[in-house]
Amino acid sequence: MSIFSNLTAEQFETIGQELDAIRNREMADLGEKDANYIRTLIKRQRRLEVAGRGLLMAGFLPPAWLAGVACLSASKILDNMEIGHNVMHGQYDWMGDPAINSKVFDWDNTCTNTAWKQTHNFEHHTFTNVLDKDHDIGYGILRMSDDQDWEPRFLFNPILAGILATFFQHFVAIQSLKLEDYLVYKTKTKEELKAEFKPTWKKMRKQLFKDYLLFPALAGPFAPFVFAGNVTANLARNLWSSQVIFNGHFPEEVEQFPESVIENETRGQWYVRQLLGSANFEGGRLMHVMSGNLSFQIEHHLFPDMPAHRYAKIAPEVRAICEKHGLPYNTGSFVKQSLSVWKRIFKLSLPSKTQGGSDKGPLNGLRAKVVSLTREPQSETRKAA
Amino acid sequence: MNAMTQTSSRFQQGLTRLLQSRVADILSYPHGVDRYLEVFNPLWSVNEVRAKVEAVRYLTNDSVTLTLRPNHNWEGFIPGQFVQLSVTINGKRQTRCYSPANSLHRADGCIELTAKVHANGFVSRHLREQLSVGDVVLLSQADGEFALPEQRPEQVLLISGGSGITPVMSMLRTLCDEGFSGPITFLHYANSAADMIYASELDEIARTHDNVTLVRCFNDEGEQGELSGLFSREHLYIAAPEFAQATTFLCGPPPMMAAVEKVWEEDGLAERLHKEQFTLAAPQIESDSAEGEVRFVQSEKMAINNGATLLEQAESAGLTPESGCRMGICHACTCRKTAGDVRDIRTGEISSGEEDIQICVSVPVGTVTLDI
Repeated sequence: MSIFSNLTAEQFETIGQELDAIRNREMADLGEKDANYIRTLIKRQRRLEVAGRGLLMAGFLPPAWLAGVACLSASKILDNMEIGHNVMHGQYDWMGDPAINSKVFDWDNTCTNTAWKQTHNFEHHTFTNVLDKDHDIGYGILRMSDDQDWEPRFLFNPILAGILATFFQHFVAIQSLKLEDYLVYKTKTKEELKAEFKPTWKKMRKQLFKDYLLFPALAGPFAPFVFAGNVTANLARNLWSSQVIFNGHFPEEVEQFPESVIENETRGQWYVRQLLGSANFEGGRLMHVMSGNLSFQIEHHLFPDMPAHRYAKIAPEVRAICEKHGLPYNTGSFVKQSLSVWKRIFKLSLPSKTQGGSDKGPLNGLRAKVVSLTREPQSETRKAA
Repeated sequence: MNAMTQTSSRFQQGLTRLLQSRVADILSYPHGVDRYLEVFNPLWSVNEVRAKVEAVRYLTNDSVTLTLRPNHNWEGFIPGQFVQLSVTINGKRQTRCYSPANSLHRADGCIELTAKVHANGFVSRHLREQLSVGDVVLLSQADGEFALPEQRPEQVLLISGGSGITPVMSMLRTLCDEGFSGPITFLHYANSAADMIYASELDEIARTHDNVTLVRCFNDEGEQGELSGLFSREHLYIAAPEFAQATTFLCGPPPMMAAVEKVWEEDGLAERLHKEQFTLAAPQIESDSAEGEVRFVQSEKMAINNGATLLEQAESAGLTPESGCRMGICHACTCRKTAGDVRDIRTGEISSGEEDIQICVSVPVGTVTLDI
C-alpha cells in the first residue's frame, strides 16, 4: 500500500502544522540577507554575460571562444534558474523592487513571463504529479507515467526526450499551447492555436534575433564564431536545465497521482503529495546555485515562494519530519537520479505489463495506490483513525 | 578647459543616445540597459533618477537634511513640488515624499531634502541614523501642483508649520536669488525655537533683505518668537495685515492647514491660497464601527475590517502590495477592487463597485474584495 493512504487525518494535520511552522519562521526572517544574496547573484550573472558576449567577439581565438561560451552558458543558466525561476515564483516580491518582482521580471529565455507563471507556478506547482493536470509529466510529448495510456508514438520516448532536452527553452515556451491537443487529439483548432502562439512568437523572435543575428552581426567578419558560441551556450543551458527539472520529478520512486486525489485535498495532504512527488539531488554549493537550488526540489515544492537559498538550511528539518512520519525523502547523487530518470524514459517507451491491474511486476505498488486513492480518501483516513 | 568640458559633455550625450537606442534595447533584452549599467555603477541609468548623498546634516535634534546629487536623468523641479525618495531598509524598498528646500538657482546642481524624524518614523529614522555620505538613493521626477507660478506674484505670504517649511523655504530662497523686490512674509509655526529648521538662515535672509518679514510663532510658552500659540485670525492681522492682496502658499500639519483655510474661505479668498497637504490626516480609526471583512482574492487571505486603510490592513495580513507615498500621490498602490464600498480618507467620498482604487487612502466601508 502506498504511504499516502496509510496516513491518518491527524497525521496529515500534524505534518501540515510542522511544515507550516518552518515556513512561518523563515518568512518572518526575510530581510537584508536575502536581498543581498539575490542582488549579488544578479550582479555576478550580468558580469558573466557581459564578459561572455565580449569574449565571443574575439571568438576567432580558440581560448577566447571557449571562455566566452563558458561565461555565457553560466550566465544563461544563472539567469534562468537561480534568478529567473525563483524571482518569477515571487520569492523576492516582498523587497518592493520592480526589477526583482514576479510581475515584471523576464528572463533570457524564449518562454514569456505570463505563460511560465501559468504552466509552472500555477499548473505544475498546484497539481504536482497529478496526471492530466500537471503538464510537466512528459510535456505532452513523452510518456512519463505508467498510467498514461501507451500509444505507438511513445516507442520514440528516448529520442523525443533527447529532442525535448536539446530545444528545452522552446518546448517550455510553447508548453502553454498544449500542442498535442491540436496535433494528436484534435481538440484544438488551428485558429485557437495561432492566437495563443502570438505573444510567445513575439518573444521568441526577439530572443532569436538577439542571439543569432544581432550579436553575430556586431562581430562583422567573425559572425560565425559568435553564432556558434551562442548556439552552444543556449544548448548547454537547455541540456542542463532539462536534466535538473527531470531529476526533480521523474526518478523512478517518485510518485504520480490520479486526478481524484486533489478533490477536497487538505493542506497537509497537499504537502505530502509535494513530498512524494519530488526528489532532490546532492552536491556542493556551486551545484545548488547552478541548479537554482532545485537540487532541493522537495523543499522547493513545499515552499515555492521562499527564497531558494534558504532550502539548504531547512532541508535537514524537512528530512527529519519525513523520517518521523515514515515518509520517503528521495535523494541521491546527480548521476544516480539522472540514470534513474532515463531508465524510466526507456522503460515507458513500451506498453506497461501491469496494465489491467495485475498484481505482479515492479510497479504494482503504484497501481495499488492509484486504486486506493480513487476511492473516497475521507473514508480511508477515518477507518485508519 | 571649456573646450574639454564641451567635448566630454558631447561624448556623454552621444553615449546616452546610443544607450537609449533600439539596438541597445534589443542587445540587453529582456532585462533592459539599466539592469546592466547599474552593475558597474549604481548611479548609471538611462531612465531612472538616482542620486548620491553628498552631505548629511542635523540642523535640529529631530531632523535630517540631505544634500543629494542626482544623475543626469533629473529634469529639475519647480519650488514647492515634491519628489519621491526611495531607500532600502532591511532588504525592502521604502518610498516617501519630500519637497526640495533648495533654491531653483542653486549652482552645484544638488537638491536638498529635509525630513522631520518622528519617534516611530521608520524611514525618517533610517535617513537620520543610517544614511551616510556616498550612499545612492532612488528619486522620482518632481511632481505636484503646489508650485511657485512662472509669473512671480507681486506679494507673497508663506505660511508653514513644522517640517512643512521645506517647500516654502525653496520658494523663499528662489525669490531672494532672483532679486525679487515685492514684499514677502514668512510666517512659521514650530513647537520651540530649538525645533525650528533653517532658523539661522531665515534670520540671515530677513536681516539682509528689506522686503522679507520673518514672523516666528512658537507653541511653547516663554519662547522668543514674535508670536505664540496656534494659528488664529489675530496672528494674521499682526503678521500680514495685507494678506488679502498676497498670493499665499501654505504647508503644514492638517489642523493648522484647516484653520488657515477657514479664514481664507470666510473672506472669499480661497482662490489665492495654494496649499500642500504634507502629512495626511490619520484616518479616524473607528474600530468599533468598522464592519465586515477584507478579502484578498489572489493571495487567498482574509482579514476582519479594523477600520485602517486597505494598505495597512493588507500589510498586517502579511501581504506586500506595492506601495509608495502612502498618501495618495504616487499611484504605486493602485489595485482592483472587485466588490464593496470604500471611503477616500482625503475627501470622505464613498465609492462602490468594481474599480481601481488607491489602497493607501481608502478605508473599507463594510466588506471589500481586492484583487491582490
